[in-house]
Amino acid sequence: MIGFQYTRASDIGDAIRLAAGDPNAKFIAGGTNLIDLMKMDVELPGRLIDITQLPLKQVEITPGGGLRIGALVRNSDLAYHPLVAERYPVLASAILAGASQQLRNMASMGGNLLQRTRCHYFYDTATACNKREPGSGCSAIDGLNRMHAILGASEACIATHPSDMCVALALLEAKVHVDGASGERVIAFADFHRLPGDTPQKDANLDADEIITALELPPRGFATHYTYLKIRDRLSYAFALISVAAGLELDGETIKEGRFALGGVAHKPWRDPEAEAVLRGQSANAGTFTRAADVLLRDAKGFAHNSFKIDLARRCIARALTQASRGTPQSHSSKQIA
Amino acid sequence: MAEVGKSCEAQPACDLAHMTRAVTREGVTAGPSSNLTMLNAVSVSLTVNGACHHLTLDPRTTLLDLLREHLDLTGTKKGCDQGQCGACTVLIDGRRVNSCLSFAVMHEGAQVTTIEGFAANGALHPLQQAFIDHDAFQCGYCTPGQICSAAGLIAEGRAKTAEEIRELMSGNICRCGAYTNIVAAIQQAMERS
Repeated sequence: MIGFQYTRASDIGDAIRLAAGDPNAKFIAGGTNLIDLMKMDVELPGRLIDITQLPLKQVEITPGGGLRIGALVRNSDLAYHPLVAERYPVLASAILAGASQQLRNMASMGGNLLQRTRCHYFYDTATACNKREPGSGCSAIDGLNRMHAILGASEACIATHPSDMCVALALLEAKVHVDGASGERVIAFADFHRLPGDTPQKDANLDADEIITALELPPRGFATHYTYLKIRDRLSYAFALISVAAGLELDGETIKEGRFALGGVAHKPWRDPEAEAVLRGQSANAGTFTRAADVLLRDAKGFAHNSFKIDLARRCIARALTQASRGTPQSHSSKQIA
Repeated sequence: MAEVGKSCEAQPACDLAHMTRAVTREGVTAGPSSNLTMLNAVSVSLTVNGACHHLTLDPRTTLLDLLREHLDLTGTKKGCDQGQCGACTVLIDGRRVNSCLSFAVMHEGAQVTTIEGFAANGALHPLQQAFIDHDAFQCGYCTPGQICSAAGLIAEGRAKTAEEIRELMSGNICRCGAYTNIVAAIQQAMERS
């Protein structure tokens, strides 16, 4: 690991000033991804700004009936928070489907959003990677791409976003509160992460001097009809091949509102308004769910090793929406998929 | 575990041997009067198994390397050094974490418990005894991390069944495959805690 300056930020303004004054600075909170990448010489910050002492650890109900979650709340604390368990169980489920308890005990909410892809070529500095070194090429397109994207990829990058939590946040239409040298702003979750296009080095629409301060959940939590279904190569502690967060509001058998978001398929959590429109007003049954899946996957494209994910995604969407409609969310301790 | 209530603040004169000790990047310990030439050195005070340490460290030093290379607490193991195996699991303020993925200087004032802090007054901790009772290891390399992780698991109180123990212990890999006996050992300790 190369050397770096280490600075403890005393408040948010201090953190922003430090970041604005040093183009090679990075914020560090839980560090579970950044330190790993620094050990691999993928991330090479000249300065780390420790933000763990900033007052961003509150979970509070908003005046509008939603929930505001400080960016430094630990992933495990949020997953077990009574308000989240009661009102946003799909978020708790998604968090607990990811990583291990040790990592969830360290990882912050803001850091979870900013974790980087686990594409092997991104980690391997001996290979070309446009995300790590713009213009060098993509080794995954003609390489080992079993874990890679089937939607929204570009000729420059076919990496996926690895987060489980972010799939649930996309479903819930969270807002990302940020502060920076140019002031505060609020970013809709769908606009936070980017598709790779020809700038895959940039994962999120966040400037270097901006810091995530909070996540805000709207009141609607799909607490009755939801699931987070995750398919992976091991039964636990592995990144998703495909994951689906689903939330339904039902009137008898009829779908009043239906949403589903996918992980493991693209450079960002993937939602599709056209696919969700297929659900609205329809009967909650396998035929409806498969039609919605087919719309979402209409432009899916596989590579040499991951074409299986297209059919897997179709089946996962139908299964997840079925679980949600029945009120039988996927358990992460019992590995039976109901 | 019994010693872990004492903080650096609570005992400012503790452990004179460690006070103002500086540790160079190479792991060579220098006394208080040494000329420090270490780049970017940062001071930090933390408590490990009840003993207070005031240190000056290269900020690159992970908590794992501090424990093993500077404090000679080699019970905590370096397996993958990438947060994938759990062999480096320790408790920070009672919560289990991967010490390989955390910089030591970020733990000012923290109370760290390693496997060396488990036995008290010559008696094994119930988890240590349970691992022996159930033959819950073969080579033993993952065992300190398994036991620290299990202590965190029991403190969390989220796992009741064998299935739940397996899921919430999935961050600790055992390449000998002693999982069945590890779960049995944790169940025994859980029942007696």
